[in-house]
Amino acid sequence: MLFGIEWDTSSEWAFAVSILPILLIGMWVTIQATVLGFFVAMVLGLILAVLKAAPLRIVSWPARALTEFIRDTPLLIQLFFLYYVLPEYGIILPAFLTGALALGVQYSAYTSEVYRAGLEAILSGQREAARALNLSSVRTFTHVILPQAIPRIIPALGNYLVSIMKDVPVLSVVTVLEMLNVAKIIGDRTFDYMVPLSMVGGLYLIMTLVASAGVRYLDVMLPKRGFPLR
Amino acid sequence: MEWTSYLPPLLEGAWVTVQLAVYSTVLGAVFAFAAGIGKLSHNRLISGISVVYIEVFRGTSLLVQLFWLYFALPVAGQIIGIDLRLPPVVAGILALALNIGAYGAEVVRGAIQAVSRSQREAARALNFTPRQTLRWILIPQALPEMMPTFGNLAIQNLKDTALVSLISLGDLAFRAEQIRNFTQDSTTIYTIVLFMYFGMALVLTAMMKLLERSVGRWRTAGT
Amino acid sequence: MSDPIIKFDKVVKRFGNFTVLNELDFEVGTGEKVTIIGPSGSGKSTVLRILMTLENINEGVVYVGGEPLWHERKNGALIPASEAHLRKMREQLGMVFQQFNLFPHMTVRRNLTEAPVRVLGLSKSEARNRADELLEMVGLTDQADKFPNQLSGGQQQRVGIARALAMRPKVMLFDEPTSALDPELVGEVLNVIRRLATEHDLTMLLVTHEMQFARQVSDRVCFFDKGRIVEQGVPDQLFTNPREERTREFLKAVLESEA
Repeated sequence: MLFGIEWDTSSEWAFAVSILPILLIGMWVTIQATVLGFFVAMVLGLILAVLKAAPLRIVSWPARALTEFIRDTPLLIQLFFLYYVLPEYGIILPAFLTGALALGVQYSAYTSEVYRAGLEAILSGQREAARALNLSSVRTFTHVILPQAIPRIIPALGNYLVSIMKDVPVLSVVTVLEMLNVAKIIGDRTFDYMVPLSMVGGLYLIMTLVASAGVRYLDVMLPKRGFPLR
Repeated sequence: MEWTSYLPPLLEGAWVTVQLAVYSTVLGAVFAFAAGIGKLSHNRLISGISVVYIEVFRGTSLLVQLFWLYFALPVAGQIIGIDLRLPPVVAGILALALNIGAYGAEVVRGAIQAVSRSQREAARALNFTPRQTLRWILIPQALPEMMPTFGNLAIQNLKDTALVSLISLGDLAFRAEQIRNFTQDSTTIYTIVLFMYFGMALVLTAMMKLLERSVGRWRTAGT
Repeated sequence: MSDPIIKFDKVVKRFGNFTVLNELDFEVGTGEKVTIIGPSGSGKSTVLRILMTLENINEGVVYVGGEPLWHERKNGALIPASEAHLRKMREQLGMVFQQFNLFPHMTVRRNLTEAPVRVLGLSKSEARNRADELLEMVGLTDQADKFPNQLSGGQQQRVGIARALAMRPKVMLFDEPTSALDPELVGEVLNVIRRLATEHDLTMLLVTHEMQFARQVSDRVCFFDKGRIVEQGVPDQLFTNPREERTREFLKAVLESEA
């Protein structure tokens, strides 16, 4: 029994059917962790991107080094670091929040590059165009640069959303009851790992297919809404 | 406890991590070429198997794959009466390689398809078989295209090796957790470990750059 | 004319709705040097690409050395050719491409030895000897160990010619061999082709815009337009006294643009 739901081990099929609601509860946690982690990654990534673009070397260089460091070290270790080290400094977070924060930190290194590439590609050409039209720099940013940068950035960010989703099972090591952890617990108790773990594989396929389709939809829809893409 | 006393066991773990990374990257490259080329095959069965492999392993989570190989496969083996219990090191390397191979396969396929049509035509005019064209004309020209992405995948794989500690393989992540349990000195241990992974990644990046240069020598000749 | 080594029998080639070759009848005799001229889109290059088996045909039959190229005989009927048949037929043909299409990852010498070794099964030393002879012929002996991107366009095209010759084809196809070259590099390539034409009994089929050159090397010139041969004849007659109005217009336009 898990989450108050009993399983039925009379046959493989009955077992699969009976644990599906349990796995779906885990899936909901996975989705929440994905969304929260993605949100953190977007915010931290933007901060990193701005720092990296700073004209002062003393600001941009450490930001660049930090990005490299985050990108080249494992999520698992970053998660352990946050989970065990933050409390030593009085920051006590629930495991779920620590996990989402770790996902966000890891992926901020990637999202910061997306922002940077998106802005850089446009900046060079558009600055000149805006200057020729004599727009103020604020208007240049909001009316010329952002509308072009956003549709370039969103599909790339979307791909990282899918990657974050696939990294959520790592949070099981700090007791977060996401889908894989739930399946593992069911396996531990019934000694039948095959059914729950295979179902998690299948559910993951469905989740990533849906998420990827969503990203592709944005990729197609954004230009139709008047955002020129590439 | 002095932080230097952590180093011997951590270095021992780091050595396991290096071995895991090397074996799984090499095996992953084999899977990447097999499935990437397989996907381009005119044989429906071969291309079908390649597509399913690529989609399944890219569409699910590495940790799910690792747990499936380590925990679920033996159960499946029991049902059909074959002993499919894998030692942790085999399950770990296999999961890492299958996962990174699926991502690599798309890189291989893309780079081969990107070789210009005129090169295929020249090869056809000289009467190369399709297989010879692939081996001697297309792959050598596609390799330099693949290398930058392969470099990123190799770093990804190095980081992913940390996950095999979860099936109790004594790698760097596993040792770190062991010592932390024993000493509770989390900050020091995880700081050292983060820098050790970072150091390994830097070495790996440099090696991939060298490899990239050596497979692309013809591109820069004379310029 | 001796027995035709190449024969197009009512060949139709379409790209989508566009008919490139329209029931084309065309022959080339053994050892004959034939130049195809005509406006772009007239199907000139398509003739060569069909012969090199780079493009299939929609209707009709193409013969090379009396054998159908894109078909095989089976129980008296013609069926679409297998890859094995195409491979056998391709042995007789060599092609020089407009964009050279050298293998950029191989040295000049390896560009010349690769196919003889792997396809014809020559030993490395045999292939090397053959390559060095050919490089001498095209005047590139000292460039053998360089990569294609270290050579000028004219040098690259001379390697392209040598590479095709290394397979000892009976028929050489030249697809606008000088169109991609800077004007000052055209001469060196034409000289090599000219020497080939005069010193060897190779059958040669050229597509080119170099009218003066076509006049010098060809036994026969064919003017193509809209997928058909409008007019053909010995160079002197066709260039100085064309019978057809369309030929006259084309030649006039070309000569004006050259001047």
